[in-house]
Amino acid sequence: MEKDNYDILEHELVPKHVVLSKEESKKLLKRLKVKPYNLPWIRASDPVCKRIGAKPGSIIKIIRKSPTAGITVYYRFVIPG
Amino acid sequence: MKLSKYFVKKLRNEGVSEYVIRKLQEKLSTYQEIPTKVLKKIVEKVIEKYNSALIEPSENIGVVTAQSVGEPGTQMTLRTFHFVGVKELNVTLGLPRLIEIFDARNKPSTPTMIVPLKKPYSQSKDKAMKVAIKLEELLVEDILTDHETDENAMEVILYLDKDAMKSRDVKVKDLKALLQKIKNVKVLYSESDPSVIRISPLQQLNIKQLNKLKDRVLNLKIKGISGIRRTVVRRVDKEDGTFEWVIATEGSNLKDMLKVPEVDRNRVYTNDIFEVYNVLGIEAARIVIIREAMKVLEDQGLDVNIKHIMLIADAMTRTGKIKQIGRHGIVGEKPSPLAKAAFEITTKHLYDAAIRGAIDELKGVAENIIVGQPIKTGTGKVKMYFDIMKYIENLAS
Repeated sequence: MEKDNYDILEHELVPKHVVLSKEESKKLLKRLKVKPYNLPWIRASDPVCKRIGAKPGSIIKIIRKSPTAGITVYYRFVIPG
Repeated sequence: MKLSKYFVKKLRNEGVSEYVIRKLQEKLSTYQEIPTKVLKKIVEKVIEKYNSALIEPSENIGVVTAQSVGEPGTQMTLRTFHFVGVKELNVTLGLPRLIEIFDARNKPSTPTMIVPLKKPYSQSKDKAMKVAIKLEELLVEDILTDHETDENAMEVILYLDKDAMKSRDVKVKDLKALLQKIKNVKVLYSESDPSVIRISPLQQLNIKQLNKLKDRVLNLKIKGISGIRRTVVRRVDKEDGTFEWVIATEGSNLKDMLKVPEVDRNRVYTNDIFEVYNVLGIEAARIVIIREAMKVLEDQGLDVNIKHIMLIADAMTRTGKIKQIGRHGIVGEKPSPLAKAAFEITTKHLYDAAIRGAIDELKGVAENIIVGQPIKTGTGKVKMYFDIMKYIENLAS
């Protein structure tokens, strides 16, 4: 068995996760007219969160491949835990 | 035939999604020529169909999903076991599996993995078989013909199975090295018969402890990935005419499987949702929930639209953890005590609410039905005001 670390972001089950910048987050919340807590959550201990270094309080943009709509964008709010 | 810029713009202005436009363009490209008149009608029809398929604000999609999954669910047979492929690998299917998925059980009753291989291994059966054997968990117990505890001499005696050792490529030397690692025991080999190994503890043990020691020795892992109990090599034909050999396993261990170099790690799949959650994160778990639920429904010949399952998966993963659908999951987290009481164990929820002095804001559906108010969804979401003064003014003029 090899000891090299596998990059989970390359796995086909893991969609693309992007951490939004502060301005982008503000724009998004304004557009959706919601508070960050109203978004779906993702834990800071989530393997993907750890891998991309997302801290609690930031918003992650998830670009999913959807069988019905081609590509869909989803947002999750990083919470501690 | 290509869609002209005018029509693309028209579709976009009407809010039709890019995916639909692309699909339409793909479809049109198979035709030679379409008169503009017909094309215009097609585009109009697409816009009409697209808009009628949209969900309106405050539509109760959860209820629609519940009905769309619930009704076909009643038709599901209770036949639980099913043989997949040529060689039998037991996989739970049907209603029990569906309950397992939506209840977010920690371990599926039959965990299995689908392990695709990298290029040279995926093309020949022999090579794939070799990898499969390497993956399989091999315990000391598996290479013995017999074992016993000698209660007079206080020893554990192992009788090795030469054939099994040969086929699994285990050398006596390796086994010795493994047994040597156990603490507080002496390992004895008889010179005359190398297939007998005696293990005697250094301390005085009673019979119970001796049996415990035996169990520990028998469950020692020689090689392989722990949790992978059986492997089956299977040929998968792809749509483009090529094929590959993949390994299906009984038992699942995603974390360790991702460390094996022969495995095509990007495509390893397991039906254990919590394992995917722990290794690949919540989004991957969501995809596995959808895939597993759809697989069960399709297998039973039930035609449930994938959108319903996607909604369920989104609801289950909303909090960043996998929540079951039921009293401990989604319903259990409703803030309203009346809604909780309406669902299950009415008195307990009402007592709890009374003790805590809970306040019900009457925002949900169940609460408002209990107190006899219109519910605030669908047409109840909007309010209409009538300006009587303007009405009178209009009448007068």
